[in-house]
Amino acid sequence: MSELVEVVVRGLGTGSVYALLALGFVVIYRATRVISFAQPAFMVAGAAAVSYLSVEIGYVLAVPVAVLIGAGLALAVERTTIRPMIGKPVFVIAIITLGVDVVVRVFVNALIGADVRQLGDPWGLETVALLGVAVQQRFVASFVVTGLVVAALFAFLRLTRYGLAMRAVALDQEASMAQGVSVGKVFALSWALAGGLAAVAGAFVGTGSGIDQTTYIVAFAALPAIILGGIDSIGGAVVGGLGVGLVQSLVAAYQPDVAPWLGSNFQVVTPYLLMLAVLLVRPYGLFGTPEVERV
Amino acid sequence: MTTTLPTSRETPRTAGVMPTRRRSRSLRGRPGMFTSYAQELRLFNTRPKRIWVRLIILGALFIPLAVTDEWLRLLAVGYVAAIGAIGLNLVTGYAGQVTLGHAFFIGVGAYTAAVISGDPNGSTLGLGITFLPIWVLAAGVVAGLCGLLVAPLAVRLRGLYLAVVTLGLVFLGEHIFKTWDAVTGGPGVGRPAAVPSLFGYELDQDGPVFSAMQQMYLLMLTLLVIFAVLARNLVRSKVGRAFAAVRDRDIAAEIMGVGLTKHKALAFVVSSFYAGCAGALLYTVTGFFDPGSFNLLLSVQFIAMVLIGGVATISGSIMGALFITLLPRLVQELPSLLPAVSSSPTEFPNVFQVESLLYGLLIIGFLIFEPRGLFGIWIRIRSYWKAWPFTY
Repeated sequence: MSELVEVVVRGLGTGSVYALLALGFVVIYRATRVISFAQPAFMVAGAAAVSYLSVEIGYVLAVPVAVLIGAGLALAVERTTIRPMIGKPVFVIAIITLGVDVVVRVFVNALIGADVRQLGDPWGLETVALLGVAVQQRFVASFVVTGLVVAALFAFLRLTRYGLAMRAVALDQEASMAQGVSVGKVFALSWALAGGLAAVAGAFVGTGSGIDQTTYIVAFAALPAIILGGIDSIGGAVVGGLGVGLVQSLVAAYQPDVAPWLGSNFQVVTPYLLMLAVLLVRPYGLFGTPEVERV
Repeated sequence: MTTTLPTSRETPRTAGVMPTRRRSRSLRGRPGMFTSYAQELRLFNTRPKRIWVRLIILGALFIPLAVTDEWLRLLAVGYVAAIGAIGLNLVTGYAGQVTLGHAFFIGVGAYTAAVISGDPNGSTLGLGITFLPIWVLAAGVVAGLCGLLVAPLAVRLRGLYLAVVTLGLVFLGEHIFKTWDAVTGGPGVGRPAAVPSLFGYELDQDGPVFSAMQQMYLLMLTLLVIFAVLARNLVRSKVGRAFAAVRDRDIAAEIMGVGLTKHKALAFVVSSFYAGCAGALLYTVTGFFDPGSFNLLLSVQFIAMVLIGGVATISGSIMGALFITLLPRLVQELPSLLPAVSSSPTEFPNVFQVESLLYGLLIIGFLIFEPRGLFGIWIRIRSYWKAWPFTY
């Protein structure tokens, strides 16, 4: 029982990172109908920024600065490579983001270096008692912070003018343009938001264990999460992210005993198997909008 | 008077192409003028194309006499990569199904060939059949069957959903290759590649006339020509036109009577077949592959080949594949030209970083500035000289 609680907390903690990344994917998708493959690069950029800044100004201050850096980076990418491509097929833009990912990661990897870098977070591997079970603080922290970020995002979308504009553009780009919404601003805002969310995810991805040059692979697990939740559903991204984290952590805990023939590190690929299974039944995800196409 | 004038003018012009006497004949000095549809669809529909292709193949045959083994190996790898790139171009460029899973099929082909040709008494699985056509075709068929397994997803999903799913395929494949060490040898260990033997004659040993590398080079060149002609024939057939219809507007194509399920599945199977053959040959040419190397980076490299070469062109795929294969070698020359770039992997602007940076920048740059790739650049140069000295 105590092991199960620990596994669930671990799953929700890593799932929060996926949820944050998935939110970034969904925000960009809703505005531009493009899946941005550059999110992993923004995540490691945020993580690298935190690892350098936390030495100077402490982890708590480093995270907001890293978020600003991530948002600025995403904004710059949007301006230089995505804006000229408006109106081109989404596939082409998606491949451009793949190129952006490669380019940004070259620089981030140079910053990270060959070894593991610590983020300088206050939690490390310390534990806290929860329901009488010792669970790691870092997972609780990432879950709580993600909850706050998601609440803030929902409030932003629901209560502010720009949030309204973003929802309008997601619904119908041309109609919102006709109503005076600046679609270009919404694109930029979406990319900046996604960059910032990815940076928050980066701040939590390496807590305790540190980051290295292969950390970016983690971010790809957020892709099954958005497909699971439905690619245009913000709530679905959160559910999908947490679900993927939970399944991964459960598999990591029990698969070596139950089915050792599946190999070590099998939990890394479970999100993709989960995604394949869900897609065969519901091609638009759990909460996504079914696509209706006219000729 | 005024009414008869147009008809008298029309008569001599239409006489040559009367529907009753449809004969394909080309006009001297007008290579771009086709008098029948079949003529435009021919394998080499203009004379310069026919002549140039023959000259290029002839030139390629004589390269082994002129360059060192190191460059021959690179070119051979480039030719094999071109076979894989043609496969990716068939599914992504012609049929419009975006896939990031090409590396998975390459890996399936590589290990199928290695198993079939492997030593039956070795530490890894092996059947001991070293006859080259058998293991190349078997690698293609097994990879094609894997493609058939993906096809149901491709039929249900569209656009970027499919890209994400095939991305998942790469991660799944990487895990299987790393785990199933009876076949792959396991990470860090690997296994020997397939042995290329033709009628009892081992091509990777020095022969009486040519050295081992020269034989491999000529073999890969021959296979590339075969695969390229097959692909070109496929895309100018009914199936190829169906692919293009599916790409341009799949629902409209379906309404016109193009079977979506059939053609999407077919595109995946053919593309995976090419990838499987390319994987088998790639393993043989390079000699060693770590099971972890069939990863996302390999898929991105193939996408870069297709995009940089030219989407939906066979010649473009070959150009792109050669370009991407030769790029690392060219980048290695950089430290002597640019002292800021270091060849040691621990310093910041080192050749490996410059190399991946170039992949990324070239993908972005070509997509923004020259979406038709190297092929498009060639078309521009050709049109310029066609009209020279006029601008159009």
